[in-house]
Amino acid sequence: MRSVFFAVLARDLTLYLRRRSDILTALFFFAIITSLFAMGVGPEINKLRLIAPGVIWVAALLTSLLSLNRLFSSDCQDGTLEQFLLAPQSLSLLVLAKILAHWLVSGLPIILVAPALGLQFDLPAHSLWILVISLALGTPILGMVGAIGAALTLGLRGGNTLIALLVLPLYMPVLIFATSAVDASLSGQGVEAHLSLLAALLVFTLFFGPLAIAAALRVSQD
Amino acid sequence: MASISSIWLKYSAPVTFYPLAGKLVPWFSIAAALLFSLGLSISFFVAPTDFQQGEAYRIIFIHVPAAWMSMFIYLVMASYCALGLAFNTRLSHMMASALAPTGAMFTFIALWTGSFWGKPMWGAWWVWDARLTSELILLFLYIGFISLQAAIDNPVRRDKAGAVFLLVGVVNIPIVYFSVQWWNTLHQGASVNMTTAPTMAQTMFAGMLIMAAACWMYSIAVSLVRVRQLILERECRSAWVTDILETLK
Repeated sequence: MRSVFFAVLARDLTLYLRRRSDILTALFFFAIITSLFAMGVGPEINKLRLIAPGVIWVAALLTSLLSLNRLFSSDCQDGTLEQFLLAPQSLSLLVLAKILAHWLVSGLPIILVAPALGLQFDLPAHSLWILVISLALGTPILGMVGAIGAALTLGLRGGNTLIALLVLPLYMPVLIFATSAVDASLSGQGVEAHLSLLAALLVFTLFFGPLAIAAALRVSQD
Repeated sequence: MASISSIWLKYSAPVTFYPLAGKLVPWFSIAAALLFSLGLSISFFVAPTDFQQGEAYRIIFIHVPAAWMSMFIYLVMASYCALGLAFNTRLSHMMASALAPTGAMFTFIALWTGSFWGKPMWGAWWVWDARLTSELILLFLYIGFISLQAAIDNPVRRDKAGAVFLLVGVVNIPIVYFSVQWWNTLHQGASVNMTTAPTMAQTMFAGMLIMAAACWMYSIAVSLVRVRQLILERECRSAWVTDILETLK
């Protein structure tokens, strides 16, 4: 059981690392969106600090959409996915390994870059920490929920825009809890409640997400 | 019991449900027309003017039933989808698809009338109130369901993909609702709180219930008409549909 999990993880990581430029493109997309917001709103630093949590988080949501359509598509084309479905191991476990690999190359870089972008918006150090924690708790949820959308739209025409339409409304609770945590830290209130709710959401999606993704993948291969 | 379950099983087959739906549609349409005329006359002429909100409050008679229907239809669709996934019945999926446009329409009406009501009451077309925001997300979920089904050509995959998305959405709705409420209370002070509004006059309440019943009848009639079309489309290769089409010529 465990060896299969790590085999899939290692395989996917190798594949992702062979195309490093994809990771960098996503990161620059993330940085560009946040600077666009700064230009749109104006250089006044007090206003920027106020909108920083929302801007950085919305940029993270949009960036996570970018790589979703590639999550299963090459596996679907070369037949790997069919082998996954036929494999004696549980499909949810294999899916979990794939999503972990995807998160390591798409979620983790965002978490590492976010503090630098937060500095551009003059977030204090304390809030930067909360931002990083909220991203660490939130981006795996984005990966899970996004994978459901990716599995449902696998191989469809116009799948890319469709993923956004399906997935973005489901992202909303994550956005709310995460930005509230950073907002609370900015205004000097307690952040534990928000972060606990986000963590609860993470546990919930970690449990039910793989089941829903496996169901969606089975549907797509009917 | 046996006879009841056998009736259920009998009408879960499209071939027997198609004529039954055809017979039921006129009855539900007539009921909808009667209830709408009764409900509208109560809401315009019988119900008293509200002492706080004046005549503008009368939009409640369509706003509240539409909001109820928008949420209820989503739940009905989700139950049909769960039935369809569990028992692999084609008709359940068709019912879910048939209900979706009506649900989306009621969601839109709820938002639209809500904004018309909000302008005189709150002084703004749109307020990021918890209920309005979750209703908006509900609209997005309806649109997502409809466009997902529209993008898939294979009928079996279309049914099941829609069902999975709908069930994910139904798990998400309470989370969305509570997160939005949480977010709303943090960001702005209490605006207009409708739950503590003064209790409603009897006639107002009656008018609202009659309008809600009218919306029910309308939804059932329209979705039955729609499901008949879907059945004909899906089963167009079977003998009984060819027979029906022959008689129409």
